[in-house]
Amino acid sequence: MPRLSADARHRIRFTVNGRVMETEAEPRALLSDVLRHDLALTGTHVGCEHGVCGACTIQIDGVPARSCLTLAVQADGADIRTVEALAPAPGRLSVLQDSFRRHHALQCGFCTAGILMSLDSYLRKHPNPSEGELRDYLGGHLCRCTGYVPIVAAALDAAKRLQEEPAHA
Amino acid sequence: MKPARFDYLRAETLAEAHAALAEDGNDARIIAGGQTLMPMLSMRLARPKVLVDIMHLPQLRKIANSNNAIRVGAAVRQAELLNWPELATAQPLLAAALPWVGHPQTRNRGTICGSAAHADPSAEIPLSLIALGGTVELSSRRKHRSVAAEDFFTGMMSTARSEDEMIEAVTFPAARRGHGYAFNEFGRRHGDFAIVACAAVVTDKETRLAIGGVADRPSVREFGTLDGSALDDALNDFAFDLDARDDLHATARYRRELVRRMGRATIEEARQCRA
Repeated sequence: MPRLSADARHRIRFTVNGRVMETEAEPRALLSDVLRHDLALTGTHVGCEHGVCGACTIQIDGVPARSCLTLAVQADGADIRTVEALAPAPGRLSVLQDSFRRHHALQCGFCTAGILMSLDSYLRKHPNPSEGELRDYLGGHLCRCTGYVPIVAAALDAAKRLQEEPAHA
Repeated sequence: MKPARFDYLRAETLAEAHAALAEDGNDARIIAGGQTLMPMLSMRLARPKVLVDIMHLPQLRKIANSNNAIRVGAAVRQAELLNWPELATAQPLLAAALPWVGHPQTRNRGTICGSAAHADPSAEIPLSLIALGGTVELSSRRKHRSVAAEDFFTGMMSTARSEDEMIEAVTFPAARRGHGYAFNEFGRRHGDFAIVACAAVVTDKETRLAIGGVADRPSVREFGTLDGSALDDALNDFAFDLDARDDLHATARYRRELVRRMGRATIEEARQCRA
């Protein structure tokens, strides 16, 4: 790749939620902004914009990461998954999303997309987590509404349901 | 909060990265995982003319365990080292310290060498390098050199790196028979910056304790075979010599108390591990 000049927009191609997408961005453009503004994937939220709050968490090449701490040009060629990929069909929620709804694990909803993307990845690798492990893992996310209790309850419930009916992930 | 404009160069060879650093000096910044550089760019605390991405250089992606040393290339992510199956036996201190580095979501992107380059005084990776007596490999178009960790960290977020140099790798001494290792940290929440972090390396004659989060860089002291109240007194001296300051997170006095208590607990844990 040649040196990309600061003043121009450059072509970026990556896979987003299973579809190859192409867009253009300046080198300084944050991946979070390109997802929201250029690709209209506004499910990813932007909170602190310096990696602390976790609201902008997405999955890059299969692992959760902060989209505000990644440049769009760095993600050229990457496989990206955002919260829009979780629901199995329009009008249907994934088991994890449905557990959040059942347990009132969100109020304002600002932090939710990031937490869902982190938990989606975590529950695949740790299908039977303890409450302590989940609380530790969720340390990378700030929620100012719920006090975390319903979020942890929803995650535990989702883990249980996913073990009972993994086909409905 | 958006970064100022910069060029972006995805280096395809090490020579290309070296050339950019040689030509642009302080106006060029290496970006690897970007987990500490990106906030600085967004807050415009850093305004480089060009960012040089080194994550696509395969020779920097390696973890090598040979000659009693673990060499970690500049493009190795923190999560990769933490998930390296040999880690717990190769160097238990790193296995204990790495889970404290940021959050899982930042460890998936952030690199070991990037944390060393940033030199935050409360960061676990510089502390581990200091405690173990590791080295930092720097390279430029001019030369390749290794710097002892104790000489590399020169102050708050400052290092012995020249402006045309980049970190190519860091090397941690591997665990040795008869050595004991322990790591402890105190922060408000897991993943927050350490208020105090302690790393201990002990043998039958030596006791090295390194402290992070208090002084302007991680600091190490040798306590020999001291025990009982003599060890408490020596730890108290160490705590005062670190020149702790009050800040939003803790008072100087509180930090000294953590150095005394957690420092002692960490030493005892390392001695038990050795036994």
